[in-house]
Amino acid sequence: MTVVVESIRPVLAVACPAICALLILLFYHPKLSTRVNLRESCTITASVIQFLIVLSMAPIILEGQELRCHLLTVAPGIVFSYKVDAFGLLFAFTSSCLWILVSLYSIGYMRALKEHAQTRYFFMFALAIFAAVSMAMSENLITFYVFYETLTASTYWLVAHHGDKEALFSGRKYLTYLLTSGWFLFTATVLTYCLTGTTDFVPNGILSLDSAAPWVLMILFALFMLGLMKAAWMPFHSWLPTAMVAPTPVSALLHAVAVVKAGVFGFVRVVCYIYGIDLMSSLGLGLILASIASFTMIVGSFLAIGQDNLKRRLAYSTISQLSYIIFGVALLSHFGAIGSMIHIPFHGFMKITLFLCAGALIVIAGKTEVSQMAGIGRRGQMPITMIAFTIGAIGMCGAPPVCGFISKWYLCLGTLEAGMPIFLGVILISSLLDVVYFFPIIRTAFFEKPLETNGGEREERVRSKETENPLYLFMVIPLAITAIFSVIFCFFPHTFHILDLAELAVSNIFGGV
Amino acid sequence: MLPIEQFPVLVVAISLLSAITILLAGVINKKSCFFISLATITFQFILSIFILRHVLTVGTIHYWLGGWRPPWGIEYVVDTLNAYVLIIILFLSLLAAIYSKRSVEHEIEARKLPTFYTLFQILVTGLAGVVVTGDMFNLYVFLEIASLAGYALIAAAGGRALRASYNYLILGALGVCFFLLGIGFLYSVTGTLNMADLRILLPALYGNKAVQAAFVFFFIGLGIKSAFFPLHTWQPDAYTYAPSAISVIISTAMAKASIYALIRVIFSVFTVDFITLFPIFDIISWVAAIAMIFGSILAIAQFDLKRMLAYSSIANIGYIMLGVGLSTSTTLGLTPALMHILNHALMKGCLFMAACAFIYKADLRDIRDLVGLARKMPYTCFAFLLAALSMIGFPPSVGFVTKLYLILAALDAGKYIFVAVIFFSTLLMIVYFWHVIEIMYIRTEEKGEKEISVTEVPMSMFIPGLVLAFLCFIVGIIWLIGTPLPIMDAINSGLGLGVVVP
Repeated sequence: MTVVVESIRPVLAVACPAICALLILLFYHPKLSTRVNLRESCTITASVIQFLIVLSMAPIILEGQELRCHLLTVAPGIVFSYKVDAFGLLFAFTSSCLWILVSLYSIGYMRALKEHAQTRYFFMFALAIFAAVSMAMSENLITFYVFYETLTASTYWLVAHHGDKEALFSGRKYLTYLLTSGWFLFTATVLTYCLTGTTDFVPNGILSLDSAAPWVLMILFALFMLGLMKAAWMPFHSWLPTAMVAPTPVSALLHAVAVVKAGVFGFVRVVCYIYGIDLMSSLGLGLILASIASFTMIVGSFLAIGQDNLKRRLAYSTISQLSYIIFGVALLSHFGAIGSMIHIPFHGFMKITLFLCAGALIVIAGKTEVSQMAGIGRRGQMPITMIAFTIGAIGMCGAPPVCGFISKWYLCLGTLEAGMPIFLGVILISSLLDVVYFFPIIRTAFFEKPLETNGGEREERVRSKETENPLYLFMVIPLAITAIFSVIFCFFPHTFHILDLAELAVSNIFGGV
Repeated sequence: MLPIEQFPVLVVAISLLSAITILLAGVINKKSCFFISLATITFQFILSIFILRHVLTVGTIHYWLGGWRPPWGIEYVVDTLNAYVLIIILFLSLLAAIYSKRSVEHEIEARKLPTFYTLFQILVTGLAGVVVTGDMFNLYVFLEIASLAGYALIAAAGGRALRASYNYLILGALGVCFFLLGIGFLYSVTGTLNMADLRILLPALYGNKAVQAAFVFFFIGLGIKSAFFPLHTWQPDAYTYAPSAISVIISTAMAKASIYALIRVIFSVFTVDFITLFPIFDIISWVAAIAMIFGSILAIAQFDLKRMLAYSSIANIGYIMLGVGLSTSTTLGLTPALMHILNHALMKGCLFMAACAFIYKADLRDIRDLVGLARKMPYTCFAFLLAALSMIGFPPSVGFVTKLYLILAALDAGKYIFVAVIFFSTLLMIVYFWHVIEIMYIRTEEKGEKEISVTEVPMSMFIPGLVLAFLCFIVGIIWLIGTPLPIMDAINSGLGLGVVVP
């Protein structure tokens, strides 16, 4: 049994990005360029402190305690409070750890491209992290909902950053989808409250067959699904590829760190902590959810094959990969749930590697399309980037020695445990499709001859392009780090207690199987 | 009698005297007008704080004008509701006065300054009078004083404002006449004009057709004054073409005073017992729901920023009236409506200040001309941004608090449809506010578009806006923590609300 302890740590962890955002605003000065460095050091410091605070909570959680911090009670049932449990910590860990790396990367990316409105960018970035970590630590649906909307509002500015017609269009599309989904989520929250009188996340659920008629529970679940459009499940995914017009670190944030992860995080919360495994299986909702997820997995991969723009291809890959996480919990089995939980950080690390590589290709080589990338991985071009990309791609396909293998392994075990071998086939087909769309990129980058555009001048280079400009190092080093960690996680999945936390969370849900 | 018990009459009398002083001082020195007005309103505001403190600690203040006993003489009664609204009105008037200094110099000829400030001060007198009085006829008089000053002030901008003012004059006069007619009806059956007296005498006459007709007249009259849909037709033009400082004060203080009068008449003169005899509040709730949607949809269709804000006001009056309409069927009582009176005043005041600042600098009325303005007028735009976010209902702003409490009230009353209406109107609000934010903050100038060269407005114009913008969030947090809720409870229990009538 877990012991709930009052603690200030959750608030401290959330306060880091919030204070950082305020400081960024305070340091704003349109002319003084020294302030820019101050602004960036602020972001980095805050991200490191936040990461350490989040990490320091892990041993406490693993001892079986849960940290709670009550913020305020508006009315009975409407309580804003933070509570950190094992699963929440997993998401908080993912966000805070990747924030450090993405911040470093953003410095290189934004400065190298001389982007406008960088202060707004870093401010909104900090705000988005604030919202994401707050969601991870929410004790109940109400708190979760509020930060869900905060996340939408803050990331809008990042998506529409360029301010041209295309960016504004995709920003509007982004808002239309996500705010509408927020409406559904709110309705679902209110309904849940009306049915049960509480909205707390409790392992194995607060709803039961006694709360309402089965059809009401089914409709409620549909509302929750519509409310969690951030998970980009099909057919409500099209905002995600459109949002690719954003600067690449933002895409990385959307895909790996905060936004879509918040969506799948919500799915796991709803399935395991609002409905509960027993209710899900007695209503037959697990099968429906697993079918939708399978559909998204396969169709997402198919759509990815046709994309020439690297970022769009990655976007469809994300859509497919996110459904693995939804799929894992929908299996309603012990191993499936572990698989989906660890896929949150693992997919985060792999996908961020891929996106950071895509961004580096844009900045350093000026290439956005896969077809332009012939020979880009060769010596004198961008070998480090492309090696990191290869590692990420292998991980996406679920092959060792990258951490994607571990999570897929658990998912496969989960399908067998749930007694649904047909879904094992789905995972294998989807993985195969992953190979189909990632392999050509690697082949083009390493084995095709570069296009002779500059009269062979490129051939003579000995120094890699990646070290030409010190700013590029800000981009290459983070992506190398994430790639290395993706490999480390495969051999030592207990690094940063990831697997321990997932096992603890799942054993709480299943009552210690 | 304690000196503090004379403050209500002091608030009105000083203001009236000051109006005359301004007119005389203007002959000698035109610059002094502003300072006299500012000093008076500041003093009034300080008095109102003392009044609230006294009302909360000691109890309701009764002041008999000239020492005449109530049924015959005029009585000023200040309970928690009055004191609360009085502070809001005077605070907004104060900020509008500070804001007016530079904007009026820009918009109005120097020779007209003394008259302008005289009228401004008379307007404040009227609004304060409406709030403190406990006598129906006196309420009518102050309403008329405020309205007449309002017509003249709107017309002060000249040009299209003349027509807007004339429309307002006709409809406003009609509204006030309705109100007077209602008073006449009540007087004919009860023989008294004192509110407390009416409250005692009326219950026996609830079946009387004259009393029922009087209620309808009051409702229509004050509905016109507060621009409650569908009686709002004067409002968009008046808000759009009025001089800057006047847009600010009529959209906040004046609208709120009319709503206060409506609430006072409904709950203090007539009572909850009378209202529950008829399905009045169901009708009000539904009309308010239509207003919320209708105002927002029309706001989306506007290109003129001030006009957009005016339609947004119609939607927000709908929010307040929805709170009123739900008040008898929820234990929250009038709390959501009263919250939104303050909240909307803060938000709309800030938005109008920003919108008028754009006009002040470069005559930017059209939303589409605001491209990239955030870099050129950072403080004003930031204030606008905060207030717009607050309007949308971004936590923990005041707009969020209102919506939260309205939703709680609707759930408590079991009228789930209004939850959907609130959400739908919120989505519409996002559409029109986000459109402006997008243009100001995100859109970059395209090639060939003319570059607008503007700089930040003077400090006296952006500071009040920023103060309101920050208050939108600070007050929101204060509401959420629940510090002022005892005031709300006091008001509710004073009006016989907060208990669900089956």
